Amino acid sequence: MDTSVIKALCIDTGYRHGFRSTKRISECLSANLFTGEVVGLIGPNGCGKSTLLRSLCGLQPILKGALYVGEKEIAHMSPIQLARKISVVLTGRVHAGHLKAETLVSLGRYPHTKLSGGLSSRDREVVDRVFSAVGAEALQYRTVDELSDGELQKVMVARALAQEPRIMLLDEPTAFLDVTRKVELMELLRNISRTQGTAVVVSSHDLDLLMRISDRLWLMDEKGALHKGEPRDAEFARLIRSVFHIPAHYSSSIS
Amino acid sequence: MRRAVVVRFALLLLVTLFLFALDVFKGSVAIPLDRIFEILTVPLEGLQKSGELATAYSGERDIILLFRLPRAVTSLLAGMGLALSGLFMQTLFRNPLAGPSVLGINAGANLGVALVILIWGGAAGGFVAALPFGMKALVTAASVLGAGGVLVVILLVSRFIGSVTLLLLVGLMFGYLANSLVTLLIHFSAASRVQSYLQWTFGTFGATTWDDIHIMLPVVLAAVVLGMFLIKSLNALLLGEEYARSMGVAVMRIRMTVITAGALLAGVVTAFCGPVTFVGVAVPHIARGVFRTADHRIVVPATLLLGGAIALIADIVSHLPGQGGILPLNSVTALLGVPVVVWVLMRNRAGRSYI
Repeated sequence: MDTSVIKALCIDTGYRHGFRSTKRISECLSANLFTGEVVGLIGPNGCGKSTLLRSLCGLQPILKGALYVGEKEIAHMSPIQLARKISVVLTGRVHAGHLKAETLVSLGRYPHTKLSGGLSSRDREVVDRVFSAVGAEALQYRTVDELSDGELQKVMVARALAQEPRIMLLDEPTAFLDVTRKVELMELLRNISRTQGTAVVVSSHDLDLLMRISDRLWLMDEKGALHKGEPRDAEFARLIRSVFHIPAHYSSSIS
Repeated sequence: MRRAVVVRFALLLLVTLFLFALDVFKGSVAIPLDRIFEILTVPLEGLQKSGELATAYSGERDIILLFRLPRAVTSLLAGMGLALSGLFMQTLFRNPLAGPSVLGINAGANLGVALVILIWGGAAGGFVAALPFGMKALVTAASVLGAGGVLVVILLVSRFIGSVTLLLLVGLMFGYLANSLVTLLIHFSAASRVQSYLQWTFGTFGATTWDDIHIMLPVVLAAVVLGMFLIKSLNALLLGEEYARSMGVAVMRIRMTVITAGALLAGVVTAFCGPVTFVGVAVPHIARGVFRTADHRIVVPATLLLGGAIALIADIVSHLPGQGGILPLNSVTALLGVPVVVWVLMRNRAGRSYI
């Protein structure tokens, strides 16, 4: 049985500027994402990881190729349909200082609530559940500008969970966190994927950590090409070292 | 939590009603309270039956029913309209200084009005209400068209510009362009017409008739209803357009709806009251501050009430008895609004986000 939730067939990613000119970041990428797996996305800065993630969730239209989410092609899905399948955690801090964490997380119910935006009792249950899932019950009534980076990141993950997606895409969620919070967050993602069958793609520069929690790795090289492998594959580890130009005697960190 | 919100709304409603009453009761002519109540509650027919009362009251009756009451209603509507328009813009552009006066929407309305008054000439007074009916309709249409014209250009540009900040700057530029065209018009116009136009730019809530209110009321109400439907999306937009889109907001459509509603509000209010400054920018910040939230389910009604209340205060201050005349409304709104804007900027500089 095909359990792929995202299927990319030779897609070109990039930007459209104005009328004609386009900036192509990657050409002819193909990839599958399966239910319940964690994929670590790694690669040097500026190679196009963010662009790939943004393309996979429809924030940035693909320039060529075919991209399926479930059985449907992404171009034919409405924002609501897409939001019920995929949720994201983007880089950069959100600026909504007066917003309470609880309100922020319940925004994740957007694709499930009616026009008025009022929460049903089930919506409230989901919000409570995701707060405890990320271990942030104590933060519910704090406002965004009272949260530390780590706390806010947890809340943003809770918001993404509240969408009840089949797929979660996270762009460098550990960037500004200390080691403890990094490990906590990565473990959390792995648990979510195991217990709820959510497919997770997470990009990060914490190679070591990513190796430990990922089922598979997508390695993007400087030319924007995507290599797929497994964390414990020695051959793939060599490829990673060469893409990042890591000398052999540093190899212990990339096992 | 919920209790505190309800209490604050109740207080705010009471204050607004009180200010409305004060605006009707106070004026350059002292009219006893009981007579005002009588004028407001007893229909004209009843008075006429009781003989001489009708003639004795007729002057005061006119003052209350034809001047003070429409002025208070206009203040309320204009304040609500401008404040809601400002809230729409601030959330959409995620910018604390956004408002109808930014984005060139007011300037567009201004240009429309200037074209009509300066070229065709505002015969008497210069304020919209003092004009003959044809001119009044023309000025209103020109104001809404001016606001709408700038709006259409901005919407076209927004199809090619992803960043709302850039869009805001483009709007600012259109504002400068419209203002420079107005200056050119002034340069080539007769002095009497310039006088009329300048008087309009001072702003006032006191120049509207019931006929004008019959136009303002439905537009403001329509925009308020639209605002209620936008609450869910406006909240999602607090996290930025990308998150909003990822949660299922049809961003382009919402953007257009929000700007259209904002421009309609600003255009109509500007036509009848002149380019009133600072109400649109300052009130949403006060609303967020008073209720300590950015949640639009609370901020939208709070902004409406506070907008009405602050416009009423500005109107009352500009009519304070014993100063022989009426202060220009814009100098009053600036006095009230500038401290708020400065406070927001200082807080923002301290590294906190503003919305």
